[in-house]
Amino acid sequence: MRRSPLLAAWVLAAVAATLPAAAVNVEEFEKRVTSATLDNGLTLLVYERPTAPVVSFFTHVDVGSAQEVPGITGLAHMFEHMAFKGTSSLGTKDHESEKKAIAKTDRAYAAYMAARSRTRGFDTEEVARLKQEFEDSRDAAKAYVERDEFSEIVDRAGGTGMNAFTSADTTGYMMALPANKVELWAYLESERFLDPVFREFYEERDVVQEERRMRTESNPIGRLLELFLTTAFQAHAYGRPTVGFMSDLQSFTREDAQRFYDTYYVPSSITVAVVGDVDAKALLPLLKRYFERLPAGPPPPPVRTQEPVQTAEKVITLVDPSQPIYMEGYHRPSVYHPDDAVYGAIADVLSSGRTSRLYRRLVRDEKIAAQASAFTGFPGTKYPHMTIFFAVPTPGHTNEEVQRAIREEIERLKREPITEAELRMVKTQTKANLIRGLQSNGGIAGQLASYQALYGDWRELLRDVERIEKVTQEDVMRVARVTFVPSNRTVAMIVNQDSASEEAKQ
Amino acid sequence: MRSKLTRFILPLLAGFGGAWTSGAAQVGDFREIAFPALPEFEIPKPEVYKLSNGLTVFLMEDHELPLISVSARIRTGSNYMPAGKQSMGEIFGQVQREGGTLSRTGDQLDDFLEARAAFVETGMSGDLGTASMNCLTEDFDEVFGVFIDVLRNPAFAAAKIELAKVRLNATIARRNDNVGGIVGREFIRLIYGTESPLGRLAEYATVAAVTRDDLLAWHKKHYHPNNVYLGFSGDFDSKELKRKIKAALDGWPKGPAFAEPDVPYQQTSKPGVYFIEKGDVTQANIRAGHLGIRRDSPDYHAVTVMNEVFGGGFSGRLLQNIRSEKGLAYSVFGGIGDSFLRPGLFQVGMSTKLSTMAQSVRALQAEVRGMIQNPPTEEELQQAKESILNSFVFNYVSRGQILSQQMTFAYYGLPTDYLDRYRAGIEKVTAADVARVAKKYMHPDRMALLVVGKSAEFDESVDVFGEPQRIDITIAPPPDTKARVEKTASSVEAGAE
Repeated sequence: MRRSPLLAAWVLAAVAATLPAAAVNVEEFEKRVTSATLDNGLTLLVYERPTAPVVSFFTHVDVGSAQEVPGITGLAHMFEHMAFKGTSSLGTKDHESEKKAIAKTDRAYAAYMAARSRTRGFDTEEVARLKQEFEDSRDAAKAYVERDEFSEIVDRAGGTGMNAFTSADTTGYMMALPANKVELWAYLESERFLDPVFREFYEERDVVQEERRMRTESNPIGRLLELFLTTAFQAHAYGRPTVGFMSDLQSFTREDAQRFYDTYYVPSSITVAVVGDVDAKALLPLLKRYFERLPAGPPPPPVRTQEPVQTAEKVITLVDPSQPIYMEGYHRPSVYHPDDAVYGAIADVLSSGRTSRLYRRLVRDEKIAAQASAFTGFPGTKYPHMTIFFAVPTPGHTNEEVQRAIREEIERLKREPITEAELRMVKTQTKANLIRGLQSNGGIAGQLASYQALYGDWRELLRDVERIEKVTQEDVMRVARVTFVPSNRTVAMIVNQDSASEEAKQ
Repeated sequence: MRSKLTRFILPLLAGFGGAWTSGAAQVGDFREIAFPALPEFEIPKPEVYKLSNGLTVFLMEDHELPLISVSARIRTGSNYMPAGKQSMGEIFGQVQREGGTLSRTGDQLDDFLEARAAFVETGMSGDLGTASMNCLTEDFDEVFGVFIDVLRNPAFAAAKIELAKVRLNATIARRNDNVGGIVGREFIRLIYGTESPLGRLAEYATVAAVTRDDLLAWHKKHYHPNNVYLGFSGDFDSKELKRKIKAALDGWPKGPAFAEPDVPYQQTSKPGVYFIEKGDVTQANIRAGHLGIRRDSPDYHAVTVMNEVFGGGFSGRLLQNIRSEKGLAYSVFGGIGDSFLRPGLFQVGMSTKLSTMAQSVRALQAEVRGMIQNPPTEEELQQAKESILNSFVFNYVSRGQILSQQMTFAYYGLPTDYLDRYRAGIEKVTAADVARVAKKYMHPDRMALLVVGKSAEFDESVDVFGEPQRIDITIAPPPDTKARVEKTASSVEAGAE
């Protein structure tokens, strides 16, 4: 194993961190990162980390559910699933015939949808007949499928951690392979975004519906979070669930997915990070050869609808079989706002660790909550979003009790400065988190690509420390005062149905 | 935002964009991509030695980052706690650290550690006690002192025991809120038995029964150096560290060796159909299976390959057939599980919309029968073996991971070259082996089938699979509040009318 004194030196100095010193160390770190922007706009990042003969890959696509509009909610996530379905040469027994079968399914589905959606003159028999025709053509297309061949190739090559995620802001694809399989990955990863075939689209749409049933509908916290977001945002796409509304998941089409892909999967929205036992100099030409095949496209359209300033407090109560859960949230500006780090510091002071204010008061001392936390960056960060307070009352205690305690802690933030020791602790933790984030290839790849995509420069990862260093006690008070006001608040809680009915009786 | 992006992107373009003119090269058939041999890679080995008091030390230097982590494994476990005191394990694991030591309170430890962004944590699972720490190199001496203090001299302060009990009671009160939790828990209880330490549950009464004296006595009985495996990885100099370890731990007197008590469990499977009504879900949760195998089974390698064919990743049969082809589930899984000290669970499971419950149960049953009746094709066998063998290098990704493996092997009495033997074992597996172990360890006629969901919307009644036994998951009320809870139950009925 080769040691890496360079990195160790860099990190040590970053921890010591006065500002000029930190800047110098960014340069040290920079020596291990090679970055390039291709002519088509795609950004490549390579980080040499030869600790073991393995390589991790992370592809960040700058699209999420925030790019959706009503009618196609869940489509960004749906495409993420389709990205594993192969290409015209991968995952098929006969793509020419398959293409015709898919086109036939598209037509059958359109006819079925037209009949099904009729509000006047709905003809049950016709709908049933068209549904059958759609299902028959869908099943006929299966004959050409070489099922899950993309995944089989990765598994067989020794791939691990092959997965993907979709959030409000981002779609991310990751995997790791032995170091001798980098070219195979370069082929697969570029090919699936160059020439994706949306085969078995409607079968996979059923899978996504099951995902929604599992995560959102059959889980009390899932139910509460969806209600919270749809209530807190009255206009911006952050108010719509990333997994999609069920009626959209039962209506959008393969052509809708194709349009979405054509619009948003342009190379200028894609950042690829490769971390592990590689030689960047030798690797870059190879990556270039594969990824330059993606044709450049126009920049995707901006999100039009913005969230207006909230003018009234919103409170919703979900009467549910679950035990009570409490949350309240406040709108805050995007990650690009100069106060971004202040919001992070507030969340840390309130809920990071056993010394945090919410833990000590609600959990340790008053024992009214089993868990109490504050977090920010919800549900995304690119656009104005929310800071959230969340608490789980202990048996015999109520939402009202945790609400009162949370509100008093919020008022305290406005009234008196946080202590020097608290602020120092937040800064120390931020630095340590940066170091701990560098312990795995996958973690480094994800962070490099995400910061590059979010800020246009991966170096911002290192500047998190600088940003938090600048936060003052006055900043915390000022930001708390403007943010944590009733008219900017949304409250959502689960009230246990048994206690609700007991109360009604009294 | 606009100007910021431009500012940072432009230098990159200037540096690299110019050199790379367009005119993308053609890319050949991916099937012809050559794989060079993996680079030479010497797997680092930890240094292992014993102190005179029997404590086993593992050292693995790793200077990439200025961090040091330490982890201890202690021969003990909640499986060995007596009936009625089963909640002692969770409380012990939490309060050993939170309750402070003889010289510092838990709150003082919190302040001290978090000011340094350091961690010291403790835990207790079925067959294992744990303690761990992680800190920046510069803080090691102080944090290590705290770690050893927590390991050897926990105070189990009464206030923190009370806090742990409140939180544990909250977990009990909420354990039926999430359907995934119910199905996983109740299936384990069906297979191992509800009275077995492997299946018994925490109840309000068993939480209330735990005393500080219980915790102190348990610590005194089991936390001896000769029952401890202590591993260090990170940014240290071994020679210097050994001196510190000796100074901190040599004086810890040896105690009686741990004698593993018998952990009873249901030895024969209890086939049948079991049902739990859950009204607030849109999916049926399904589990089926029986006991699996022990890790030391001579068939372990063949079973591992079978599991890969059956339920491995996206290329296994379960996912391809039930998820990709039929679209019946997002989550579907299955395989013959193993455990170090006793049989694991053979299980198949999925969640599916209520209206495809019965269809899905049949699909899972068909996959189990199919695995027995249809041995893997040569293609399937190669796919499975190559997946396992080609990803083998991921066992050695970090020095910390290698250290942790060696500690596991030592803890369970496995040879240090266990992974090499494992690889050799996998290489030898044939299609006939897979067929043989499928038949030997999977018995569709002896499976317990558990379904949780809203029965009114099932496609067919659970009865079609046999006379269902309803499992009562009502949470037993705390002894002193029984009257109040009964009143609540009757008012629910009133409310429903």
